[in-house]
Amino acid sequence: MTTAQATDTVDQQADFDAVVSAEGRIEPRDWMPDAYRATLVRQIAQHAHSEIIGMQPEANWITRAPSLRRKAILMAKVQDEAGHGLYLYGAAETLGVDRGELLDKLHAGRQRYSSIFNYPTLTWADVGAIGWLVDGAAITNQVPLCRCSYGPYARAMVRICKEESFHQRQGYELLHALSHGTPAQHAMAQDAVNRWWWPSLMMFGPPDDESSHSEQSMAWRIKRHSNDELRQRFVDICVPQAESLGLALPDPDLRWNEERGTHDFGEIDWSEFQQVLRGNGPCNEQRLDQRRTAHENGAWVREAAAAHAAKHSGPTSDDAVSGTATGEGAMAG
Amino acid sequence: MSTPVFLTGRAADAAVALGDDALVLSHRLGEWAGHAPMLEEEVALANIALDLLGQARFLYSLAGDEDELAYLREERAFRNAQLVERPNGDFASTIARQLYFSSYQELLYTELASVDGELAPLAAKAVKEVAYHRDHAVQWTLRLGDGTAESSRRMQAALTDLWRYTGELFDPVEGLPVDTAALREPWLASVSAVVRQATLTLPDGPDRSGWTAGGGRHGIHTEAFGRMIAEMQHLHRAHPGATW
Repeated sequence: MTTAQATDTVDQQADFDAVVSAEGRIEPRDWMPDAYRATLVRQIAQHAHSEIIGMQPEANWITRAPSLRRKAILMAKVQDEAGHGLYLYGAAETLGVDRGELLDKLHAGRQRYSSIFNYPTLTWADVGAIGWLVDGAAITNQVPLCRCSYGPYARAMVRICKEESFHQRQGYELLHALSHGTPAQHAMAQDAVNRWWWPSLMMFGPPDDESSHSEQSMAWRIKRHSNDELRQRFVDICVPQAESLGLALPDPDLRWNEERGTHDFGEIDWSEFQQVLRGNGPCNEQRLDQRRTAHENGAWVREAAAAHAAKHSGPTSDDAVSGTATGEGAMAG
Repeated sequence: MSTPVFLTGRAADAAVALGDDALVLSHRLGEWAGHAPMLEEEVALANIALDLLGQARFLYSLAGDEDELAYLREERAFRNAQLVERPNGDFASTIARQLYFSSYQELLYTELASVDGELAPLAAKAVKEVAYHRDHAVQWTLRLGDGTAESSRRMQAALTDLWRYTGELFDPVEGLPVDTAALREPWLASVSAVVRQATLTLPDGPDRSGWTAGGGRHGIHTEAFGRMIAEMQHLHRAHPGATW
């Protein structure tokens, strides 16, 4: 590196630091430290992967939803998740990576997705528990990302959070209907909350003293609050909601702490969290297998689309066919 | 859309039959969630499924309670055409089913919208959705038919395989103020134009098969259908009288 280049880098770093500390936004064409770029790629890809793997536990109930209204809500939600995946892969691509490459890494187990989606949806009430707790935890995590220093990610999060909070309310409302329904429905709701509560708390990641990326991410204004801070906020939000649902949270140590002005809660089973992260959760293999299978079974479709596009680059004559058909439709009418 | 009026008799039967078509196809498309060849198709197939579910709910609401109609009738009481209950198969099969059915539905709803009747407002709204569904099916038929050798082979096989379920679409639907038989010519013209442009050939076999030909409209379904509604209805039936 010449002296001039070194000076440039120093200036660029200073400019970057100034923008970040002034709460400005870094945009795709701006200079950024390599490590900042790499951290964002890792985080946004993991976030995108979570959206698309997260479709599976809920899609598991689309064909069994107990009313047409619930079926429509669930389909719309799963569709939104695919859309969130698309926004996020788009945001990641502004950092110079390719969506296909990220998917390959997911399929090869080299990039992660949220540990929560390795738990099975065993009853209909799980769909409600996912909406209330899992989406609730996601929102608590993601709302601060709307102010993240990287512009494309922050903007994607604004759109995503709007839809997520709608999903969260739907999940709450679903559980409310069950908990105020028949005794069997109430029991189904309680059982789901019992199974999803602790895994939802794990969504905030390891405790602050074991979180490897936190400090740097906070300095870069990618992350705004620590894992434990967000987890505490989530617990404080959920306690009154559980009360109005008439459902118990499965934690004998959960109680209001007058002195701290917040809830104390029990110890998380971090060994379970580590097991799930290592691939040994209840559905890790199944989730990745389904993803890989969908991708492999779809290869011929993607190849066909590419081959067709190559043959017919430029405006295609396809419009003529649609036009003809519309004309015929009008004639038939 | 104006406040639904309750239909009775044959008009109600017609609304339920069209509702059954929409519900059953929506259910099949819902099975794709999490299995589509690309994310854009996750969105598109779910979108189409949702449109169809919305149509089914509106049509059922004209005849009675939507959940009773969807969840508490047995196989023999459903009046959907057999085409929409066919299993998804590969992506080409799903697209062939979409091409055949959305082309039919577009013609049917266009006609229905123009006939003054209780179903006209629904048809006027739905025809816009259906035009989009058809466009999606047309674009994919072209991509697959005129894509690679493999995709062309699969698309041709799917068109041929489902051909024998198309004849039923033009059987009369009891209580429907549309001459469905008259839709066959324009349907054939629009489908064959797409198939030709996709460098494929229109199947020339019979458009109905075996003794159950045209059975769906009379409650005679294929074997796959029983399993489909068993899955769809089991939770609702396990909790009689519950609200969700």
